[in-house]
Amino acid sequence: MSGAGAPPAGAGRGGAAADWGGFEDTMQAGGSGGAAVIDMENMDDTSGSSFEDMGEMHQRMKEEEEEEAETTVGDEEDGEFLGMKGFRGQLGRQVADQMWQAGKRQASKAFSLYANIDILRPYFDVEPIQVRNRLLESMIPVKMINFPQKIAGELYGPLMLVFTLVAILLHGMKTSDTIIREGTLMGTAIGTCFGYWLGVSSFIYFLAYLCNAQITMVQMLSLLGYGLFGHCVTLFITYNIHFHSLFYVFWLGIGGLSTLRMVAVLVSRTVGHTQRLILCGTLSALHMLFLLYLHFAYHKVVEGILDTLEGPNVPPFQRVARDIPVVSSVVLNTTVKVVALTS
Amino acid sequence: MAAAEGSGPGGAAKPLFAGLSDVSISEDIPVEGEITVPVGSHSPDEDYSTLDEPVRDTIMRDLKAVGKKFVHVMYPKKSSALLRDWDLWGPLVLCVSLALMLQGGSADSKEDGGPQFAEVFVIIWFGAVVITLNSKLLGGTISFFQSLCVLGYCVLPLTVAMLVCRLVLLAGSGTVSFIVRLIVVMAMFAWSTIASTAFLADSQPPNRKALVVYPIFLFYFVISWMILTFIPQ
Repeated sequence: MSGAGAPPAGAGRGGAAADWGGFEDTMQAGGSGGAAVIDMENMDDTSGSSFEDMGEMHQRMKEEEEEEAETTVGDEEDGEFLGMKGFRGQLGRQVADQMWQAGKRQASKAFSLYANIDILRPYFDVEPIQVRNRLLESMIPVKMINFPQKIAGELYGPLMLVFTLVAILLHGMKTSDTIIREGTLMGTAIGTCFGYWLGVSSFIYFLAYLCNAQITMVQMLSLLGYGLFGHCVTLFITYNIHFHSLFYVFWLGIGGLSTLRMVAVLVSRTVGHTQRLILCGTLSALHMLFLLYLHFAYHKVVEGILDTLEGPNVPPFQRVARDIPVVSSVVLNTTVKVVALTS
Repeated sequence: MAAAEGSGPGGAAKPLFAGLSDVSISEDIPVEGEITVPVGSHSPDEDYSTLDEPVRDTIMRDLKAVGKKFVHVMYPKKSSALLRDWDLWGPLVLCVSLALMLQGGSADSKEDGGPQFAEVFVIIWFGAVVITLNSKLLGGTISFFQSLCVLGYCVLPLTVAMLVCRLVLLAGSGTVSFIVRLIVVMAMFAWSTIASTAFLADSQPPNRKALVVYPIFLFYFVISWMILTFIPQ
């Protein structure tokens, strides 16, 4: 396998390095690619194409290399007229045009990706101690509702907590032998966690907008993300220690604390009793029910549901006629025994 | 430009061949040509052409590069060999072999919670991409594919652990076998994490190493947990 694959390895590596090796490299490659295209074109034209052709080219690509075209026209006057060469020049020009466009597109794409990373970077500007403190603070509700509480607009902690939750959920699914018909466990776990985080954040943000709460989307994501710390702790413990009473204690204790913390923050940033009630009621209900769902969906109940769901899947087995006589004979035997015993 | 280049070595070579140039070279022959030829032939980069070498040499060179990186992972000392010229062949081979071994006998039986090939594949690549993006966002100075290469090559201890686990499972599955597997997987997990941290830590700002190490830890933890819980059916 590596025998056939190795020769392209070198080429692929070189090509990929040119394409992807760092964003600055890509930018440079794009720029030099453009320059190389122009050079090739000049060579092709000086090899002998018609003057009119050069004029046309000059017209078409005047926004790019006006003076370069001028110099090649100067060289062109000495060259002899060859129609075939002119055609080739046209073809070369088209190819060059395409390559130029492709290079420009790739460069701009790479640049936009780079720019996106730069946009996100401030939200990841944290120290380990800050993350630890915020994790601890996410379990400590602060009873201060007269003054807006501070929310750090930071995404590193929430993102890592969501990934941790994905891992814990995978663990829970495996140990409960959950089977998902359409899709993989991995996809379900990722979809559930990210869907909850992003979906509920956007929903609460929308509600907060309606209720006139002072909170931004990033702050909402951060708040809800750190709120998942309680979920992680609870699920990690209760997936491994199977006591329902223990789970309820954790659900009310740890899950409740993290929910209270979020509620306290939201209350301090909202004005008006009705608005506070709507916002905090929705958030706490969603947050607590999500924990309940995660625990029971992938714990034991699912097995029962799947067993009942698998009923219709059994027909291949039922078609075997042997089963029924066996059952009936067993029934017959037992009834005979019972009759014999009773009589 | 060429004249400037030529005059540099020419100036340096003048004391050596001062008398010689006076005797043998006439005025119309350019001196630059004779001076630059030995310089060009002695630089190793100039005659490094892979066009006319046998295919076997090419393959052996690439295999040697991959093997060297395997050795680097097994002896994780602070070295930039893994970072300097990255390739994704080693990670691909490791990932495919790990996924194949984890697949086990679950292809024919429909009802199992065992890891599928695609799942292992996706976890490894998706996890590596997430770790890389995270390290870039935290301000790391490492390119995307270099980080992927390091993370992929550091799966090697876990692949070895998987191999050992399968051999142990062949001998039998009991409490002793589980303890042996637990010890092996834990050791290899620690090895993977330490090796990848040793390679990647230098490119990170020193005060944020813990933030970068955490996702790496989680990544290898998930893989090693999959290996530990694997039981062929």
